[in-house]
Amino acid sequence: MLAYVIRRLFAGVIMLIVMSIVTFALFFASPIDEASFICGKNCSAAQKKQTSAAMGYDDPFAEQWWKFAKGVVQGRDYPDDPQLRETAPETIVHCDAPCLGYSRERGDTVTNLIKDTFPVSFSLAVAAFILWITGGVLLGVIAALKKGTVIDRGLVGLSLIVYAFPTFFVGLVLYKFVAIKWGLTEIPRYTSIAEGGVGGWLSSLTLPAITLAVFFMAAYVRMTRSYVIESFQEDYVRTARSKGLPERTVTFKHALRAALTPIVTMAGLDFAGLMGGAIITESVFNYPGMGKLAVRASQDFDLPTTVGLVVLLAAFVIIANIVVDLLYAVIDPRVRLG
Amino acid sequence: MTIPGSELEIHETDAPVEDDSVVSVAGRSPTQLAIARFRADKLSMISFTVTVFIVLCAIAAPILVATGVLHPNEFHQELLSDDGVAPAGRFGGISWDHPFGVDPASGRDLLARLMLAITSSLTIAISGTILTVIIGSVLGIVAGFSGGFVDAVIGRIIDLTLSFPQTLMLLALSGPVVLMFRTQIADFAPLSFFESADLSNGFYVILILAIFGWPPVARVVRGQVLSIREREFIEAARLLGASRRRLYFKEVLPNVWAPVLVYVTLLVPAYISAEAAFNFLGVGIKPPTPTLGNILGDSVSYTSADPMYFFLPGALLALIVVVFNLVGDGARDALDPKSHR
Repeated sequence: MLAYVIRRLFAGVIMLIVMSIVTFALFFASPIDEASFICGKNCSAAQKKQTSAAMGYDDPFAEQWWKFAKGVVQGRDYPDDPQLRETAPETIVHCDAPCLGYSRERGDTVTNLIKDTFPVSFSLAVAAFILWITGGVLLGVIAALKKGTVIDRGLVGLSLIVYAFPTFFVGLVLYKFVAIKWGLTEIPRYTSIAEGGVGGWLSSLTLPAITLAVFFMAAYVRMTRSYVIESFQEDYVRTARSKGLPERTVTFKHALRAALTPIVTMAGLDFAGLMGGAIITESVFNYPGMGKLAVRASQDFDLPTTVGLVVLLAAFVIIANIVVDLLYAVIDPRVRLG
Repeated sequence: MTIPGSELEIHETDAPVEDDSVVSVAGRSPTQLAIARFRADKLSMISFTVTVFIVLCAIAAPILVATGVLHPNEFHQELLSDDGVAPAGRFGGISWDHPFGVDPASGRDLLARLMLAITSSLTIAISGTILTVIIGSVLGIVAGFSGGFVDAVIGRIIDLTLSFPQTLMLLALSGPVVLMFRTQIADFAPLSFFESADLSNGFYVILILAIFGWPPVARVVRGQVLSIREREFIEAARLLGASRRRLYFKEVLPNVWAPVLVYVTLLVPAYISAEAAFNFLGVGIKPPTPTLGNILGDSVSYTSADPMYFFLPGALLALIVVVFNLVGDGARDALDPKSHR
C-alpha cells in the first residue's frame, strides 16, 4: 500500500512537471509581449528592454521554466536582480515557497492572490458537493428501486431536462429573476464567516451552490440509477436473496455498496475540478473566487496568474486521482492496489 | 459489431401462406436489428423526428436568408416600445409577422436570428465532434493495436490532457490563438465567403472542444480494439500481408463504429451547450452573426426589460440538447441491448 502511494505520488510529480512545461511552452509561444504590458503605454524601447531583462523575459525558455520550478520549491524574488537588491531592496517583492509567480497587473504574488480567492471557491465547491451528492444519489437510488413506475420516469425525465440547461442559464435565472426581479431571496453577495458568521456565509452560498449542484445532480441521478439497477442483477444479490436475507439487507449491504463505488470515483474527480473555481458560476454571481480570478487574468493577459492557476488546478486533479484510487480500494474489497 | 451471420431471426411472413409449414427464414444484420430496435422505441423516434426537423432548420436558414425570406439583420425600431429598448406588445413583441417576437433595442426578427443561430451552433458542434472523433479514433486505434510503449505514451498523453483545466485554458489561450488564426485565415481565398472574425473565433472554439474532448473517445476505441485485435480476421489479414494502415482503418475501424456512434450523438449536444457557455464567457462567434450562445449572452442585459428574449433562446437550447441526448440514449439502447436506461 505504502509503496503504491509513493509510486503514484512520484508519477504525479512527474506529471505536474510535464504539465507545467507544456503550459509554459504554450504561453511562451504566445505573441503577447508581456514586457510592454508591464512597462505601460509611454514606455521607451530602452525602458522596455530593462523591464524585460529584470523580469527575466529575455531568458531562454528552459531557464524561465527552471526559475518557476525553483520558485515553487524555494520561493523567489521579483525582480531577481542582484544590483537592485543592493541599491533599492524595498522595490523587491519576495515570494515565499510555494511561489507560483508574480502578477504585475495586480501587484501581488500569485500565491497571495490564490490565498485570497481560494476560500470562496472552496466554500462553493463544498456546499455544491454536499447538495449534489445527497440529492443526486438519493434520488438516483429511489428511481432505481421504483424502476418503471411514475416516480422513476418523472425523476429520469426531470434530470434529462435539467441537464440540458447550461449552468450559466440556471445561474442567471436564479440571480436575475429569483433574487433580483422577484425578490424571493436576498441578492447574493459572498460573505465570509468572519464577516457574517456561519449563517451569513451559508446563505450567501445558497444560490450559487444550487446553480452548480443542479447540473451535477441531474447527471448523478441518472448515473446512480443505472449503477444500482445493474448491481441488482449481479449474482451475489441473487445469492443474498436466495439465502433468505431480508430485502433491506440485500438492498443496502449488498446492492448499494457495490453500486456506489464508481460514484465515489466520479464525485472525487468532479469535486477536485470544482475546487479550482467554478468559472461560470462565479462569473454569473460575481463571486471573488479563483474562477473569477482566472477570467480577469485572461482578460488582462496576466500570464503569470494564468500559468500559476493552471498548474495549481492540475495539481488538484492529479492529487484527487490518487486519493480516489486509494478510496476505491478501501470501499471495494475486490480492488487490489498494485 | 458487424460480424456477419451472428444473428438469425426466424419470423413468419404476414402474407397468406398456402402451406402452414412454410416459414421464411430471413437473416438480418446487427445493423438492421439495431435500426428495428430504435424504431420500436417511441421516445427515440419522436426525438429523432425533432432532431431531423432542427437539422433541416439549420440547413434551410442560410438559404432562406439568401433568398430574402428571413431578415435576421433588419432593424425595426417601430416595433419597440417608447423607451426604445423593450419590444412593443406582449411577450417580447410576438405577432404574426414575428412569431418569436423581436429582439430588444434593435427590433430584429427573433425567429430568423434563432434559426440562423441554430445553423452556426450546430456547425460548430458538429465540426467539433468530427474533429474530436478523428483524433480520438486514430489515437485509440493506434494505442490499442500497437500496445506496449506506444500505448503507454498515448495513455500518459490522455492523463495529461484530462488534468488540464479546460475552461481556464480556453480563456487564457483565446487572445493569442484567435489573433494568430485571424492573420492566417484572412488571406485564405476559399473561405473568404465568411467573415474572417467569425471564422477565426469559430475555429478556435472547435479546436478547444476537440483538443480537450478526444480522450474519452480514444479510451472507448482503445478498449474495443483490445478485444478485436486478437480475433481471427485480423490475423488472417495480417497473414495476407495487409499494411498497418489497412489493418487500422479497413479491418479494425469498421468494427468499433457502434460505441463511437453512441458517443458522437452525445457529444453534439454537449458541444452545443459548451458553445453557449464559452460565448457567455466571451469566447466564440460575436454578433451580428448569431449563435445560440451569443443571443443568450446578449439577452442577459435585457432580463428585466424583455424576459422573453432570455427564456425563449434558453428553452430552445435546452430542447435541442434534450432531443439530441434522447437520440443518443436510443442509439445506445438499440446498439447495445444489454444496456439499460
